[in-house]
Amino acid sequence: MEGEQKMSVMTIVQAINNALDIKLEEDKSIVVYGEDTGKEGGVFRVTEGLQKKYGIERVFDSPLAESAIVGAGLGMAMSGLRPIVELQFDGFTYPAFNQIISNVSRMHNRSRGKYKVPMVIRFPYGGGINALEHHSESPEALYAHIPGIKVVIPSTPHDAKGLLISAIESDDPVIFMEPKRIYRAIKQEVSDEKFSIPLGKAKVLTEGTDVTVVAFGAMIRECQKALQMAKEADISVELIDLRTIYPIDKATIAESIKKTGKFIIVAEAPESFGVGAELMAIANEEAFLYLEAPPKRVMGFDTIVPMAKGEPFYLITPDRIFYEIERTVKF
Amino acid sequence: MIFNDFNPQEDKILRIIDNDGNVLNKELLPDLDNETLIKAYKAMLYTRTADQMAVSYQRQGRMYTFPPNLGQEAIHAAAGMIIREEDWLVPAFRELGVMLAKGVTMKEIFLYYSGSEHGSNFKQANHVLPICVPIGSQFLHATGIGYSIKYQKKDEVVFPFIGDGGTSEGDFSEALNFAGVWKVPVIYTIQNNQYAISVPVKSQTNSINLAVKAVAFGIPGIKVDGNDFFAMYVAYKEAFDYARAGNGAVLIEALTYRKGAHTTSDDPTKYRTKEEEQEWDKTDPLPRMKKYLENNGIRIEEEEKLIEEYKLEIDNQFSEAENFPPYELDDVFGYMYTDMPEILEKQKADYKLFQRWKENRK
Repeated sequence: MEGEQKMSVMTIVQAINNALDIKLEEDKSIVVYGEDTGKEGGVFRVTEGLQKKYGIERVFDSPLAESAIVGAGLGMAMSGLRPIVELQFDGFTYPAFNQIISNVSRMHNRSRGKYKVPMVIRFPYGGGINALEHHSESPEALYAHIPGIKVVIPSTPHDAKGLLISAIESDDPVIFMEPKRIYRAIKQEVSDEKFSIPLGKAKVLTEGTDVTVVAFGAMIRECQKALQMAKEADISVELIDLRTIYPIDKATIAESIKKTGKFIIVAEAPESFGVGAELMAIANEEAFLYLEAPPKRVMGFDTIVPMAKGEPFYLITPDRIFYEIERTVKF
Repeated sequence: MIFNDFNPQEDKILRIIDNDGNVLNKELLPDLDNETLIKAYKAMLYTRTADQMAVSYQRQGRMYTFPPNLGQEAIHAAAGMIIREEDWLVPAFRELGVMLAKGVTMKEIFLYYSGSEHGSNFKQANHVLPICVPIGSQFLHATGIGYSIKYQKKDEVVFPFIGDGGTSEGDFSEALNFAGVWKVPVIYTIQNNQYAISVPVKSQTNSINLAVKAVAFGIPGIKVDGNDFFAMYVAYKEAFDYARAGNGAVLIEALTYRKGAHTTSDDPTKYRTKEEEQEWDKTDPLPRMKKYLENNGIRIEEEEKLIEEYKLEIDNQFSEAENFPPYELDDVFGYMYTDMPEILEKQKADYKLFQRWKENRK
């Protein structure tokens, strides 16, 4: 079947647009809205052309209020619609935090399953675009820490499409974080047909024997560059793309650590109390006796993401990943 | 109070001169001498020149994303003439002229939009909060400063700014509600420039105007022609006297037009027409005030030469910003806490080890 599928070269932006297009076509209960999401097609043009195709009742601009975007979305989701809402930037999601943590995440449990919340909250995240404050943040740990929420982060156009379709089809609320730094940087052949990638499953991108590296989103590309450096140094790295932050795929991670005995986590967010700490807990709980070196986090500082001039210090670079790979392997 | 004569519930608007600089309402025309009027016009001209140069530096790749102020200079000049050194400016991010009036320098503005936090430390400007990017959140800070002033029995007034889009945020309503209850000396300005990025104000609210929102919070509100310097001046003067006298807060909707893009990353041709832009061009605050001055025999000496002088001075400030000491690792860590925790010291030290490794590898 795979060979017969029609393929198109897509960026992550185009793949997300394509997933939204397929689902809007298929399911009349889906609505898409947010700030500048309608007429303009979003500040990153992710929803471009969708209002024209599906009309202003289904794809539209909301007034400027993130709490209202998410809170109203919850009402829609409880009454027959499947809203896909867009928040404009990572650092602008916090006005909606109250709705997410106090209601969106809890409604199914609170109503003992009477109400489902089939809702997707999309937003671009991460640094590396020389932006002003509040435009470069990676708040995945904040959202993954909320019981009742799923958190998904793709790293390629193919995964963006397949994971978003699964997120839209999930009857639970999903936060879908889009790596804006590589929105257009990666082009890939993606099937034009509908396909889905299950949530909660990590993917082994490269098999290796010396050390396991787990990353997600925009950091995958940086890790792949580091893997080249490792190869030149005769180090065999197993690279895993987490893809879903929560529910986290313990099995794939544990299995890999048992094989390599060494473990590195790469992520942009501040190091303390982040996804890296959770992954280390998994290493300890699931593969303690196999560990041959202390697990290492290669993550952001516990600081505000600096503005453009200071960002080079903060951003995780391939050489910094390689530096930690080498140190861990030589431990 | 003039506010009472322009009821926002009837959608009245305070306007003193027309687009050709003719006086529509002699009684309301403020009594300002020629020198003051020339100063106001020059403030607008300087703001416009600096703003256009900022856009141009961005286009040259010497600066990052910048939000142009083009078309909104009359609001800034009027507020700038009323606000005193001890008064507080609580900006959003499109208040260049007011910031300059308070003593913020173009060097600092350039530094900020070149990606340095040092551009938010205004060395010579007192009581100016840093630019506030999360939409509308600054309105609450203004309310709190108002309470603080009242509690400390100080003679100070707060000037917060927000855009039309910001009025949809909960923080806008919450700030005005607190202000009504606490009767704080705060002049809240909405710069209604018609667009929140691509979204027109008619898609933002079903209210007849934005000033009318004051009614629900029990404070005076007024809609003013924001491209009419005289109208803005009169509104601010009234509001200032009202707030200083201990009567509480007011809300001013300044009706204007964002002639430029939302930021240099935005393309307005995606969502508005040339015809609309040309219609608003007729209300442009600079030619409009200039026509008034000319009608009344007040001459601006050699405007072209003046602009050249401004450009030279602004370019010098840009050079100073470009020559600002390079960003250091300490700039990332040094300001997070008043006393740096050990864990941050360790992260910094670890990073230095990596830097050393990187150097040795070369």
